[in-house]
Amino acid sequence: MDDESVIKSDSSLTVEQAIANLQGEDLGLRVYAAWWIGRFRVNDPEAIAVLIAALDDEDDRTTVGGYPLRRNAARALGKLGDRRAVPALVRALECSDFYVREAAAQALEALGDASCLPRLIELLNNQVPGTLPAPEPPQLTQPFEAILEALGALGATAAIPDILPFLEHDVPRIQYAAARAMYQLTPSPEAQQYGDRLVQALSNKELQLRRTVLTDLGAIGYLPAADAIAQTPAENSLKLIALKGLLEKQLQHTTPPHLTDGAMKVMTLMDELL
Amino acid sequence: MTDHLSTLIQAVEDADSSYRLLAAVQELAAARLEGAIPTLIAALSYNNPGAAVAAVDGLIQLGEPSIPALLEQLDLHNYTARAWAIRALAGIGDPRGLVTLLGVATADFSPSVRRAAARGLGMMKWHWFPDDLLEIAQEEALEALLFVAQQDEEWVVRYAAIMGLQALARAIAATHPDWRSRIQSHLEQIAANDENWAVRARIWMAQQHLQTEATPTPAVVAKPSPLSATDWQTILEKLYDRKKQEKLVLAEGDPRRYRDLAASIAQPSDGVQV
Repeated sequence: MDDESVIKSDSSLTVEQAIANLQGEDLGLRVYAAWWIGRFRVNDPEAIAVLIAALDDEDDRTTVGGYPLRRNAARALGKLGDRRAVPALVRALECSDFYVREAAAQALEALGDASCLPRLIELLNNQVPGTLPAPEPPQLTQPFEAILEALGALGATAAIPDILPFLEHDVPRIQYAAARAMYQLTPSPEAQQYGDRLVQALSNKELQLRRTVLTDLGAIGYLPAADAIAQTPAENSLKLIALKGLLEKQLQHTTPPHLTDGAMKVMTLMDELL
Repeated sequence: MTDHLSTLIQAVEDADSSYRLLAAVQELAAARLEGAIPTLIAALSYNNPGAAVAAVDGLIQLGEPSIPALLEQLDLHNYTARAWAIRALAGIGDPRGLVTLLGVATADFSPSVRRAAARGLGMMKWHWFPDDLLEIAQEEALEALLFVAQQDEEWVVRYAAIMGLQALARAIAATHPDWRSRIQSHLEQIAANDENWAVRARIWMAQQHLQTEATPTPAVVAKPSPLSATDWQTILEKLYDRKKQEKLVLAEGDPRRYRDLAASIAQPSDGVQV
């Protein structure tokens, strides 16, 4: 995006203008409008129709063949919660651009529609022709992290045999995503081993990886991780978000304003991190 | 300087990677030696969030002796270091930080600073205040916390304000039962209206505590106030200035309007996230 388009497309954008920009000549403005519609959750049927159309855009290409507008359109559709976008997003899983497939998998997870599962499983097994790997190292063939997270969140128990090998993947983030999915897909008490794997990963030396694991633990709301979350060296902001995930999970088990012991414990830890 | 202390300080100075720096600052902080204060303060500006968290924790443990150096840090222009210093000030609860905390809890652009300030306002060392100043100070803290608990757009800041209100309600139980009832009725309203379940749950926990603490807890037996008459005079003058400014600002509009703008300019990597 060039400087001029940044200046033109400031927050004074209106819904009408954003929809018009999405179909306009200026590629920078199109990409920005897609982001803007998602960011401000413009739940407008026309905006959604235009975003869905943008998933087939051919005008906006990067030097290595990526589709910036498609990526932003997919991300925006994930935020708008309209399931009419599902078929188009499933088709976007076949896109040659790694980042379009990643954005589409994340959007499908957010939309919570299980109809995408067969395609996601094929993608996990790298069985979708024409999909190029990520352009930079480690040049993953597929956005495994996003796929695994979506499979876990969407309850894809049929995918368990396909997920298990990823527990040993070379890239730690992908291992964690697999553990997170396995936790969600396995009935307790067997699920606990996957939660515990994530707790162990909190002592990883890499801050960036500890941050990833905090997100994973928050997403699954794994209560036995509470103390480890509070103690791991990372930003308190991230620990608080992870503990909030644990707390919300606890609140599902009770009728307000009753609080479980687990909820009280989590809040006591949160108090200390403020 | 003891050998032990100089070895620990040397390790901080020699650290040649962010992980080593983190480990060295953690060790220095854990030693709880007053001689470590200048080195811990310096660690607030190293742009290493992990090390800064450890340094803040260490300074809070050391308490009041850290205050002069922290106040000096507040006058400097490094925003990141300033934000950390505010967090340490909030954690220590020293009255010399009161006016700063009142200001940042309601208007700082960084949520992590606002949440720390809100917590600090509730946990001020009230037993150090002279009687004539106590009531003014507590009323200011009460107004600021009620404002933050109801108006802040970040859940975690509202959560921190609830914790602050709970602590304040305990502190004023004997002297101001009327304020205590006011806090309780506000909590009830917020619990009914806040969209965030963590905030609601924190209110339920606060309500449980407030119900079971019918009799006020006696003030913690602690060191007498180290503050001089001049310190108290300065605090009082600043409080009056704040009162005057509040009227001016309210007449012209809510300063919080500018906070979104400031937040959108700030980079996520500026080290303020803690």
